[in-house]
Amino acid sequence: MSVDTDTVKRIGHLARIKVDEQDLASLADELNTILGFVEQLNEVDVEGVVPMTSVIPMTQPLRPDVVNDGGYASKIVTNAPLSEDNFFMVPKVVE
Amino acid sequence: MTDLTRLSLAATRQGLKNKDFTSVEVTDAYLGAIEEANSELNAFISVEAEQARKMASASDARLARGEGGSLEGVPLGIKDLFATIGTHTQAGSHILDGFLPEYESTVTANLWADGAVMLGKLNMDEFAMGSSNETSYFGPVVNPWRGRDSSTNLVPGGSSGGSASAVSAWLCAGATATDTGGSIRQPAAFTGTVGIKPTYGRCSRWGIVAFASSLDQAGPITRTVEDSAIMLTSMAGFDKKDSTSVDMAVPDFAAAVARGVKGLNIGIPREYRLEGMPEEIETLWQQGIEWMREEGAIITDISLPHTKYALPAYYIVAPAEASSNLARYDGVKYGLRVPGETIDEMYELTRAAGFGDEVKRRVMIGTYVLSAGYYDAYYVRAQKVRTLIKQDFEKVFADGVDAILTPATPSAAFRIGDREMAADPVKMYLNDIFTVTVNMAGLPGIAVPAGKDSAGLPLALQLIGKPFDEETLFAAGRIIEKAAGDEFSPEKWW
Repeated sequence: MSVDTDTVKRIGHLARIKVDEQDLASLADELNTILGFVEQLNEVDVEGVVPMTSVIPMTQPLRPDVVNDGGYASKIVTNAPLSEDNFFMVPKVVE
Repeated sequence: MTDLTRLSLAATRQGLKNKDFTSVEVTDAYLGAIEEANSELNAFISVEAEQARKMASASDARLARGEGGSLEGVPLGIKDLFATIGTHTQAGSHILDGFLPEYESTVTANLWADGAVMLGKLNMDEFAMGSSNETSYFGPVVNPWRGRDSSTNLVPGGSSGGSASAVSAWLCAGATATDTGGSIRQPAAFTGTVGIKPTYGRCSRWGIVAFASSLDQAGPITRTVEDSAIMLTSMAGFDKKDSTSVDMAVPDFAAAVARGVKGLNIGIPREYRLEGMPEEIETLWQQGIEWMREEGAIITDISLPHTKYALPAYYIVAPAEASSNLARYDGVKYGLRVPGETIDEMYELTRAAGFGDEVKRRVMIGTYVLSAGYYDAYYVRAQKVRTLIKQDFEKVFADGVDAILTPATPSAAFRIGDREMAADPVKMYLNDIFTVTVNMAGLPGIAVPAGKDSAGLPLALQLIGKPFDEETLFAAGRIIEKAAGDEFSPEKWW
């Protein structure tokens, strides 16, 4: 499988990374090099193999469903590029 | 007075305990060494001199009272990937501009609880994606090692290039690092230092900027095997804030260092003998086998048939997880923001400006392999191959193998700006060919300096262990260290 410039544009949008028109072709080449490299996995017989979900055998730990943290909104927004009254500020999303 | 920066971590600790010198003295010696070296090596991206002296004074007060933890007063460098309260934490990236965490990573909190002193934050490949430390927004790190009669600057490896360079050049007594595909072991190999990636789950990932969550593990880079054992004992441990950290007692790893390898079964995997592998790597490997045999180990030829598929599977799994983890950098919550007319435009412009080329490539590959219609063909298949890779290891361990000996890297350090690697991302990825299997299987792996190439540059061997059996790696690593001698100090040119 390989990607063309239209696909790169689409992936860029899905990944929310703006790709300049003049960079599309070279980026497609780079991505195709990587995709070509991983192509060799098709040689492996994976019939009946269970895909890995956890590299170390363990059961998912559970904890009581209670509030055990929080109450410091001002700390949460400390690093925000733009905030007001402990809210993150973004461009208008609702017309 | 002896140069305090030349002491091992263990000797520093002992000297502090004996009151031969104070933590403030050692800390000042390291701060002086950093000031002298950093314009050349670029290993530190932030130096926290004032805080370091404050921590050192507090340590001295504890030591004077006969108190103190296992690392009391020992100055360390911290990879920029670890969140440290109120200090530089940008994962080597532009997109985290100005980010100052309100919290501390569990691993660094463990180190401070044991009395360690933080000198500053260490350079690294952006978001730990790279094998040469050239993808850092803060510029490449230089390896303190140079080829014989050469003034060419070499890479220290990556992604923990700042950690490896700083430890090798006596800019800190030890450093934290992280390893997703080889990011501790490859830079350790390139700089004549020791680096261990513990078993997945040994160290908490809480507060470490995430790259590929199912592969990332923290570990130390130090100048000796014993130093690594001491540091890992402090870093490791269960943490309920990381649901993948394992609730298991942490042994005193240093107690295992002198254990030897008598009677141990050391596996030699035939699949690690690569076509076109440099002769010196093969010679080094044979030398390592000989050392093990001389110390009473049993050498067994083994097969790990899916080895060659580990790297391609990694380049699906790691970018897929990265594309998801890095979605949080959106110009809203922290760091860089490039204004746009709409929220989507703001996201796209921010991420285009904030991420470097390698990070963009990997996020886009990850996005592609997870996208509708490709998920099964790429991601699910790669996770199946990962199961097979892990089964290869389980089989040899079940057959009685205690540890596996391999080369650490396919070459010694290469020059900064290597054209072939710059032109072909896959060439750079091949640096991790011997290390990446270990991450895919969640196993512990250690790189120990073992010899030099024809230009006099350090080369390392890798030992791979059973899950949670880091102790055997320290014991066997010490055998290599002892046999190889202590000629792994770069000649000072900076």
